[in-house]
Amino acid sequence: MHIEDIRNDFPILDQEIFGHPLVYLDNAATTQKPQCVIDAVRKYYEKDNSNIHRGVHSLSERATRDYEAARETIRHFFNVKSSREVIFTRGTTESINLVASSWGGANVSEGDEILISHMEHHSNIVPWQMLCERTGAKLKVIPMHESGELDMVAYADLLSTRTKLVGIVHMSNALGTINPIKSMIEQAHAVGAKVLVDGAQAAAHIATDIQALDVDFYATSAHKMYGPTGVGVLIAKEELLEAMPPYQGGGDMILMVTFEKTQYNALPHKFEAGTPNIAGVIGFGAALRYIESIGFASIVKREKELLIYATQQAETFTGLRQIGTAKDKACVLSFVLDTVHPHDLGTILDREGVAIRAGHHCAMPVMQFYQVPATARASFSIYNTEQEVDALFAALGKARQMFA
Amino acid sequence: MFSLGDLYQEVIIDHTKSPRNFGTLDPCNHDAEGFNPLCGDQLHIYVQVDAQNTIEDIKFEGQGCSISTASASLMTQAIKGKSVADFKQLFASFHHMATADLDEKPDEEALGKLAVLAGVKEFPSRIKCATLCWHTLKSALEDAAEPAKTE
Ligand SMILES: Cc1ncc(COP(=O)(O)O)c(C=O)c1O
Repeated sequence: MHIEDIRNDFPILDQEIFGHPLVYLDNAATTQKPQCVIDAVRKYYEKDNSNIHRGVHSLSERATRDYEAARETIRHFFNVKSSREVIFTRGTTESINLVASSWGGANVSEGDEILISHMEHHSNIVPWQMLCERTGAKLKVIPMHESGELDMVAYADLLSTRTKLVGIVHMSNALGTINPIKSMIEQAHAVGAKVLVDGAQAAAHIATDIQALDVDFYATSAHKMYGPTGVGVLIAKEELLEAMPPYQGGGDMILMVTFEKTQYNALPHKFEAGTPNIAGVIGFGAALRYIESIGFASIVKREKELLIYATQQAETFTGLRQIGTAKDKACVLSFVLDTVHPHDLGTILDREGVAIRAGHHCAMPVMQFYQVPATARASFSIYNTEQEVDALFAALGKARQMFA
Repeated sequence: MFSLGDLYQEVIIDHTKSPRNFGTLDPCNHDAEGFNPLCGDQLHIYVQVDAQNTIEDIKFEGQGCSISTASASLMTQAIKGKSVADFKQLFASFHHMATADLDEKPDEEALGKLAVLAGVKEFPSRIKCATLCWHTLKSALEDAAEPAKTE
């Protein structure tokens, strides 16, 4: 893997911000898009644009073919048993809401428990809170240690036959922690609970084998995997999806409609009401083929090197406190400085061309845990370099100087 | 091109490091909380208003970036001893300054020291940091039921 070749795949990286080369370190929020993804989206609009599953003309047949080919790419990428288990959504958030609403509505009632972790993104907290409010079920939280690792002893204690579902993030966007989901899933299954894995942050950085993990529900977003925004996937076991009521009603999700009764379409279409983000799905497929062309072995190795390099600098930077120091972590350096508020850091670094995120990262309970209002977060990806890490720390040095 | 110095003027750094009128006020007859969900800024403003509608005393506490802290600090200095009507006028002038065209000079006569915050208009994502305290004080004076937001 040649870093220069990879950087050349991403046209956006070649630009200056306030006279400095762009240093894009906000990959946990969204990754940049390689030319092949941009080309796939563009080709659809330039050559194939038409609606899918409903035209007999050539354009519609081509669009339908490419849309369904993307589904097959995604099935293969995550080693899913059947493409009937691959449902396109607007992203992780919608995928989780789909499960909370459809599966949760049918399977969760008063006295049941939903178990999530302290480090969840708001999108894996709020839908469950809403479900609990509707049904009278109880939301329980797996605590975490100061390092940003989940307390596995507490997890085992919290699991019981009352637990209907465990919602767990594969890799935390606020801390970088990679959770031991395989054993967590086994333990949950042992008490009869289903598991939803939020793969939004992990999917581009760690190989994920849905069948080996035996995940019941898996949600992720294309835009964090070098694909377009506003598209993602819910992967779920076929027998669960078969038993679940539809999430939204409309076109495409039906077989037969009369005013008396509607017969729903087969999977996966039952959960894809309305005209989907066709270009987005096609771009999603192109993005996963791009990741496959590099391979997770190289990705993991490279991203690890980069995180180690950045962490070493963080450890010697005066006044810097790292937030999240789990043994098993990737790609995320979350921190606070003793003299400069993260939000000011964000602005000051931007003037040096360095893009980071400052805020609560949609994980306010994590901020509450560490008793900080916000953190600054640099998050890395395959195209980042050691020089960019150096630029980050040089800019941090300037910020510290300003508030000295 | 705008420089960081336009935003982080010395006065602002000074008020960040040692905010004036910081703390709680007892007694106080109005108070309100304000949140900026984007960056986690959180303010609490306490005011004591007398029978003549004069803001006798004002204090704030909370956690925020340097712009929101300095803005709150400067605001409390500017407002103390003024009438509620003066506050409304000053809020309007401040809001105008923070969102005005880039080449418009701040009205230093109306704004006094508050004009040092004029630089925020060059940093669109930071305007709300500067205006949060004003929205919060407005909520306090109106005894609003909901915490103030900057939307
Ligand atoms: C861990 C995690 N979960 C869920 C989400 C939500 O993803 P989306 O906004 O694409 O629905 C994100 C994105 O910020 C995330 O990092």
